[in-house]
Amino acid sequence: MIYIFMFIAAVFVNNIVLSQFLGICPFLGVSKKVNTAVGMSGAVAFVLTLATIITWLVYTFLLDPFNLGYLQTISFILVIASLVQLVEIVLKKISPALYQSLGVFLPLISTNCCILGVAILVIQKDYNLLESVVYAVSTAIGFGLALVLFAGIREQLALLRVPKGMQGMPIALLSAGLLALAFMGFSGIVKL
Amino acid sequence: MKNNKFGIILNGLITENPTFVLMLGMCPTLATTTSAVNGLGMGAATMFVLICSNLVVSLLKSLIPDNVRIPSFIVIIATFVTLLEMLMKAYVPSLYESLGLFIPLIVVNCVVLGRAESFASKNNPFDSLLDGLGIGLGFTFALTLLGMVRELLGSGKLFGLTIFPEQYGALVFILAPGAFISLAYLLAIMNKLRKQS
Repeated sequence: MIYIFMFIAAVFVNNIVLSQFLGICPFLGVSKKVNTAVGMSGAVAFVLTLATIITWLVYTFLLDPFNLGYLQTISFILVIASLVQLVEIVLKKISPALYQSLGVFLPLISTNCCILGVAILVIQKDYNLLESVVYAVSTAIGFGLALVLFAGIREQLALLRVPKGMQGMPIALLSAGLLALAFMGFSGIVKL
Repeated sequence: MKNNKFGIILNGLITENPTFVLMLGMCPTLATTTSAVNGLGMGAATMFVLICSNLVVSLLKSLIPDNVRIPSFIVIIATFVTLLEMLMKAYVPSLYESLGLFIPLIVVNCVVLGRAESFASKNNPFDSLLDGLGIGLGFTFALTLLGMVRELLGSGKLFGLTIFPEQYGALVFILAPGAFISLAYLLAIMNKLRKQS
C-alpha cells in the first residue's frame, strides 16, 4: 500500500518538474512537439531508474562504510555520465530501433538535473533499494506526464496569436505556471 | 585594453545574461528564488563555482586531452561544488538548509559547464576569471531580482523588511506556479527593454 501512496505522491502531488523544479531544462527545451517529448521521457525513465539503482548501491556499499559521504556529488555525477555513455553504446548494439528513437536525447541527459537530484534525494530520505526503485520509476512517470502535457499545450500555442513581447519563452513559462497551478490541486490527496 | 576587460564583465551581465538571454540554469532560478536573500545566496554560490572552475579549466586547457574534455570539466566543477558545500555547511548553515538540494545540483547547472566549454577552454586564465565574474554577476542579478519580485508579491517583504502587511500578499507567488509566472513577466519586460535600446 505504501508503494501506491509513494507512486501517487511522486507523480501528482510532488511532481518533479512542476513542484520541485528539477529537470526544467529538458522541460522547456524539448517540449515543442509531442513526439520528441515522448522520446525524451522514455530516455529519462530508462536512465533515471538505472542511475538511481547504481548510485544507491555505490553509496550504500562503497561510500557509506568508509565514511566517504562527502564524495557523493563527484562520484554520483561520474557514475551518471559514464552510465549514459554505456547505455548509448549498448543500445546501439542491441536495439538499433530503440537507439534511433532515444539516441539523440541520451547525451542531453547527463546534465539533466533530475537524474542527479533523484539520486541525492533517495539517499537523503534514507530509502531502501525497493523504495528507491519505486520512487525513481514514479518520478520518471511524473516527469513524462508533465513533459507530454506541456508539449501538447505548446503545440496549440504555436497556432495562436500571442502579443509580441510574450512570444516564445514568456508565454511558454506562463503556460507552465498555469499547469503547475493545476497540479497544486492534487496537494493533500495522499499523506506520507 | 582596459575597456576590453570591462567588456567581458559587461557581456556576462547584460549581453549574454545567463537567465534573461541564454535561458540556462533554469532549475535553480525557479526553485531557490522564494525570497530575495535565497536568490542572492544561490547566485553568489554559483558565482563562486563559475569563477573557480573557469580559472582552473583555463589553466589546465593545454593538459586536458580533447576527447575527455567534458568529463574532466565535470570533475573540476564537482570538486569546487563539494568544496562550496563544506564551506556553506560550516559558515552559513541556515542558507545551506534553505537551498538544500540545489547546492550539489550546481554541478549539473548548464551555465557552469557551458562557460567552461565555450569560454574558459579557449581563453587565457585572467579573461576566463573575468568571464566567470561577469556571468556570475548576471546570474546573481537575475536571481535576486526574481527573488525580490516573488518575496514582495508573496509576503509583502523585501529582504525580510515588511513593505505591506503579509495578509495582502498572494501566497501563490512563493509557491511553484508563482515562479513560472513571475519569470514569464520579467522575461517579457526584458524583451521589451532590449528591443527599445
